[in-house]
Amino acid sequence: MPKGILVVLEQFNGELRKVSLELLSEGRRIADQTGSSVTGVLLGEGVKELASTAASYGADKVIVVEDPALKNYTTGAYTSALNKLIREEDPEVVLIGNTGIGRDLAPRLAQRLGVGCASDCVAVQLDDNYKLRFKRPIYAGKAYAEVATEARPIVATIRPNSFSVAQPDAGRQAEVVEAKATIDAADLKAIVKDIVRQTSTRPELTDANIIVSGGRAMKNAENFKILEELADVLGAAVGASHAAVDSGYRDYKYQVGQTGKTVSPTLYIACGISGAIQHLAGMGSSKVIVAINKDPEANIFTVADYGIVGDLFEIVPLLTEEFKKQLA
Amino acid sequence: MNILVCLKQTFDTEAKIVITPDGKIDSNGVNLIMNPYDEFAVEEGIRLKEKFGGEVTVLSMGGPKVSEVLRTALAMGADKAVAIQDPALDGSDEYVTAMALAKAIQNIPYDIILSGRIAIDDGSSQVTTRLAEILGIPSVTTVTELKVEGSTATVTRDIDGGSEVVEVPLPAVITAQKGLNEPRYPSVAGIMKAKKKELKTLTLADLGLSAAEAGAQGAKMKVVNLSLPPARKAGRIIQGEPPQAVAELVNALINEAKVIG
Repeated sequence: MPKGILVVLEQFNGELRKVSLELLSEGRRIADQTGSSVTGVLLGEGVKELASTAASYGADKVIVVEDPALKNYTTGAYTSALNKLIREEDPEVVLIGNTGIGRDLAPRLAQRLGVGCASDCVAVQLDDNYKLRFKRPIYAGKAYAEVATEARPIVATIRPNSFSVAQPDAGRQAEVVEAKATIDAADLKAIVKDIVRQTSTRPELTDANIIVSGGRAMKNAENFKILEELADVLGAAVGASHAAVDSGYRDYKYQVGQTGKTVSPTLYIACGISGAIQHLAGMGSSKVIVAINKDPEANIFTVADYGIVGDLFEIVPLLTEEFKKQLA
Repeated sequence: MNILVCLKQTFDTEAKIVITPDGKIDSNGVNLIMNPYDEFAVEEGIRLKEKFGGEVTVLSMGGPKVSEVLRTALAMGADKAVAIQDPALDGSDEYVTAMALAKAIQNIPYDIILSGRIAIDDGSSQVTTRLAEILGIPSVTTVTELKVEGSTATVTRDIDGGSEVVEVPLPAVITAQKGLNEPRYPSVAGIMKAKKKELKTLTLADLGLSAAEAGAQGAKMKVVNLSLPPARKAGRIIQGEPPQAVAELVNALINEAKVIG
């Protein structure tokens, strides 16, 4: 695989997002195996200083494209700028985080490049001929497809938490190239008028290492407070089942499952969740699953690594206190 | 207003996935539904028609039963349906599907194209964004609110950690996120009326595509292997009085599973 690996980097509040670090780390591992190189691309305004972070996580080269039109993400401007840059760089593969931005950008970019796109991949493998294969969940994780393509470059979006982040090496240097954005006027039709950020101290559900999730047995929206208290001790995100969301206990954006978000945290704590097939599809790839449920027959126990049969309103506060003690 | 809605027939969310001995997804006995996110798109299309007048055309590429899902959309209130159905299209990837849709709408006028933000089967969120690129029109995804004024759409869309408002000239592709609306159920009268509405079926030849351009042959992304996730084993139920059980669980997570601390 002589051609390089290009990683589209994403920043939030002046820091590279964790998924970008994961992509750089995995890109580095593949590059070392195949004798290719890793190029990070930073798009935006005032993003240049992040180049050294990208270098420390494995980039050999960082291309910085600063332009007012790239300050806020728009499909058109990012597609336009990346399309030209990728055609010049001619990489083997373009890795993009399967984030809100990545999901929106990748298909448009792939179509403009006239190539295939592997969406929401959880693993990248090298076959015997050093060609890349991508493993991706279908039916929200009820099955997996491995896909490959002859067209180059390959575009792939990678689900957050799929790759481990390497130890950064502050001594690593990368060649930093500042490039000019060339954006076609036709790509500037959509205009961002307003951005509203929810101020939350908790991580994004799809990024989170730990998720505390509640089901219908939470009984109401207020009771989610006990899950939030547990989550805050663990630095976790709070999720909810379809049943809890449908009952109005929690907003849809917190829904885990086939018609919500698919997550793969290190630890998933399911509280009062029965374990419907649609929910298991969305969280079944979690590394460790803990289930707390009153019903010993609940389906969630068939996938849980650890379970406690009991009343979540008794167990969860005890859990919060015990973690506080142990992690102090 | 000419409204086009692209939709997909998918497995019911209850469906358990079975892989056949020759390595394909087994659709035997599986209940088929309209992709849940496409319901929001159909509903929004009908609401636009109710407000501005015009016509809603629904378009779907799919298997032998694809006309069923189009009839559902017609029963909800869409006016016309176009099915793309040809065995030669089996195994198409997002690239081929988008191309087939683009060919099919060459003769359909549109001011706006709606679809769901994702299909719950392939889960790739690619096809209608690719379609927008082929048609040379903007695409705005994961939309929870849509307002049309003249030839401009103002949409609210989900972004990571919040939402944003985007203004976009029409025609454009808009993909629907849950929250956009509450889809109606087809009424009995609607179901009766739907039987008489126009449902056209297009084959590969009608699209002007060759077999080499379609299906797995034309696909850019090839499926090399399908597998089921490794079965998770039921783990350990921690017994005992709640305080002791909780202490044991915390200890196990920190020292045994090593996922905390």
